[in-house]
Amino acid sequence: MNELVVLPLVIPLVAAGASLLFWGRRRVQRWLAVIGTGGQLAVAIALLLQVRAEGILVVEVGNWPAPFGIVLVADLLSSIMVVLTGLIGFAVALYSLGTVEARHEAFGYFPLVQILLLGVCGAFLTGDIFNLYVWFEVMLIASFVLLALGGRRSQIEGALKYVTLNLLASVLFLSAVGVLYGMTGTLNMADLAIRLDALPSPGLQTALAMLLLVAFGIKAAIFPLFFWLPASYHTPPAAVSALFAGLLTKVGVYAMLRVFTLIFDNDAGFTHTLILALAGLTMITGVLGALAQQEFRRILSFHIVSQIGYMIMGLGLFTPLALAASIFYVIHHIIVKANLFLVSGVARRISGSYELSRSGGLYSDAPGLAVLFLIPALSLAGMPPLSGFLAKLGLVTAGLDVGAYWIVAVALSVSLLTLWSMAKIWQEAFWKPLPEGSATDAAPLNAWSVRQMLVPITMLGAITVSIGLLGQPIFDLALDAAEQLLEPGHYIEAVLGGRP
Amino acid sequence: MELILAVVTGGLFAAGLYTILRRSIIRIAIGLVLLGHAANLLIFTAARLTRYRAPIIAGDADTLVQPAADPLPQAVILTAIVISFGVLVFALVLIRRVYQVVGTDDADELTTTDRPESQAK
Repeated sequence: MNELVVLPLVIPLVAAGASLLFWGRRRVQRWLAVIGTGGQLAVAIALLLQVRAEGILVVEVGNWPAPFGIVLVADLLSSIMVVLTGLIGFAVALYSLGTVEARHEAFGYFPLVQILLLGVCGAFLTGDIFNLYVWFEVMLIASFVLLALGGRRSQIEGALKYVTLNLLASVLFLSAVGVLYGMTGTLNMADLAIRLDALPSPGLQTALAMLLLVAFGIKAAIFPLFFWLPASYHTPPAAVSALFAGLLTKVGVYAMLRVFTLIFDNDAGFTHTLILALAGLTMITGVLGALAQQEFRRILSFHIVSQIGYMIMGLGLFTPLALAASIFYVIHHIIVKANLFLVSGVARRISGSYELSRSGGLYSDAPGLAVLFLIPALSLAGMPPLSGFLAKLGLVTAGLDVGAYWIVAVALSVSLLTLWSMAKIWQEAFWKPLPEGSATDAAPLNAWSVRQMLVPITMLGAITVSIGLLGQPIFDLALDAAEQLLEPGHYIEAVLGGRP
Repeated sequence: MELILAVVTGGLFAAGLYTILRRSIIRIAIGLVLLGHAANLLIFTAARLTRYRAPIIAGDADTLVQPAADPLPQAVILTAIVISFGVLVFALVLIRRVYQVVGTDDADELTTTDRPESQAK
């Protein structure tokens, strides 16, 4: 039955509500978070298997038939994203057990994480464009509070920039939704896809496509709209950074993948060429920004921007292989990037600082951590046999197939610069001895809490390695998802049930 | 009527963007309010202005008697107003915290997160 589509939303909602009931009892909240995210991950995997077996699943909320009611739609792309949400949520909940400070927990850290996951899953599963806006806002509100929780100066400043630019994006998105409704009289995405095809106003459609591109572009942090990201992502605790880095920008990428394959696929010559150019610029500016930084998490934040370029490069090329490589890249990136932020948190607890100039000696102090850093770092740069290599190989092959040599050249050189930047972190934080006079300003660690933090890092690292070694099944899955995206007819038929 | 509302919407967008770009951070909140109003008014206008009756099905009828007003844009706007209200309250508290922590309302002073050499305290 189709309850599986609703469960990834119900579980975090119930877990958030339950942990609000245990407001003062932090130990209960922690374990509720682990159980809730674990349950979400299990349900998401079941959903993915069912979608793979039976095709697109649709739930009409309140039994109102589409296009009048709101629908929840789980196609392959949605269910892959929901699985990744559950995975990152679970890893972050485990990591938070030992690391989140008591004053964060006292102000509702765990319920907020659950609500953030609820918003992210809702955005992945909805089939209604106004509902997508609402889920964006659920996710944003939770992320605003998580970002500012703790109240250090840098956090508050970063939060102001993050809040302002994201609210601006929401206003643009809402305006586009309003005009879309005025043009077509529907908000259901499948219905929109049909009705826009029948409308004779290509100019207005392209204007709307651009409005949505800007709105989702701000959320996905593409060039030149990414400035809020490196200003805010390095300020909250490592667990929150990892959650944001793994999931939030990817919701923007998902929205672009969905809207520009389902609704605005008529004028691909213009829109998708523009997206491809933006992809190249995003890669270059992101990696150059990272090279200029000397702080662990700022380098990682700029690399998020750079990697977003690879994800939308596949959308810009707009062939089945390219889209599949994009989806594969999203899978790889979410796991690797969240993992790097988790590693940065442990590194800071051991060596005392995120500043590379004031840290060092991690290779001799914590050789296990050094290995666990190298796996995602080399994967991010695209070293075989890790997951990043396959993702980039797919994109480069797809680029060469359609003769887009310049974007392939950009992608490969950015990849080389990424390796340089990861080598810088390795050299500074791990290889060189700890500078004289660097005192740790973090709370002293006991072996138990280090072990607790290493569990999710090891889990994500193992997944990275196994995606690299057993890439074929995952890539087949991504190919199937891409074929579904390029055949919007299936999606439309699943939602509207064959009606015109 | 559409023309007047279109001009008002455009004016609100322009005023909102201009206000956000000012250096004083409290004006960011005011700008966000104006932009929210502009978006709501845009939805309202784009979904056609009508003087038809309310879309209520009479007790003894099965279907709606046309022409009737479209209720959906109003539901959408109501949702958007509620959301922007919640978000605005958070933004106001945040701006007050920025003023308390940084001690200024000048957006140009808020550079802690952008300078590469700065220390996150």
